[in-house]
Amino acid sequence: MKVLTHITLPAQLASLERLIGLVSSCASHGGFNQTRVKEIELATEEALVNIIKYAYQDKDGDIEVTCSLDKEGFTITIVDSGIPFNVLSVGDPDISADVSERNIGGLGIFLMKKLMDDIQYRRAGGKNILTLIAWIKPEKPAL
Amino acid sequence: MEINTKKVENIAVASVKGRMDAVTVQEFEKSVSELLSGGENILLVNFSELEYISSAGLRSILATAKQLKARNGEIMFTGLKNTVKEVFEISGFYSIFKTFETEEEALTQR
Repeated sequence: MKVLTHITLPAQLASLERLIGLVSSCASHGGFNQTRVKEIELATEEALVNIIKYAYQDKDGDIEVTCSLDKEGFTITIVDSGIPFNVLSVGDPDISADVSERNIGGLGIFLMKKLMDDIQYRRAGGKNILTLIAWIKPEKPAL
Repeated sequence: MEINTKKVENIAVASVKGRMDAVTVQEFEKSVSELLSGGENILLVNFSELEYISSAGLRSILATAKQLKARNGEIMFTGLKNTVKEVFEISGFYSIFKTFETEEEALTQR
């Protein structure tokens, strides 16, 4: 597996543009078309914003982002040392509710799950390690 | 992000250009809150030049829709395409909002 980029920045909204820009240029480098690059950017933003908003509560902390590529896929690994949080344990929002009943939040993680081909989470050494994977083949294999 | 607003009869039209993400959404919120506090009740948002929207944008749209609904107003959309369209589809926004292919269609058919 070839590491394309590795960066650590403070977990702040001010870091978002730079982190997403890096992931986006790595994804373009990985050969994805512009639509897929935007989807990857979006999933990455949702993961990062979640960390920025909730992981460290009122304390300072960092986000570490690594992009890597192998023949099967493009992988974004996002690491933080904040409170344990498994995005995969979050239920999906009710997307059929009307405007009045709809919750304002909850769509970010849902979009991330829908847009990536695979998502893995583990907690190790006091860190949340989230892995977002986009397969090189554009279509998902049949179930 | 760039936002241009205009008034066509009783409809406030806001055209949004660029990216609506967790950072830039503040500009959208500011424009919309100005329109709402100025008494606008019917908003048509033109996204034909919007390249990207994340859940931060969706959240802001939902919050606006709730405010408008509470005063019998409404928010509608036109010009959805590519990733923005896909995000609306995934989020079920097509079933809760009126959407139109073009601004002209929205203004004549609503």
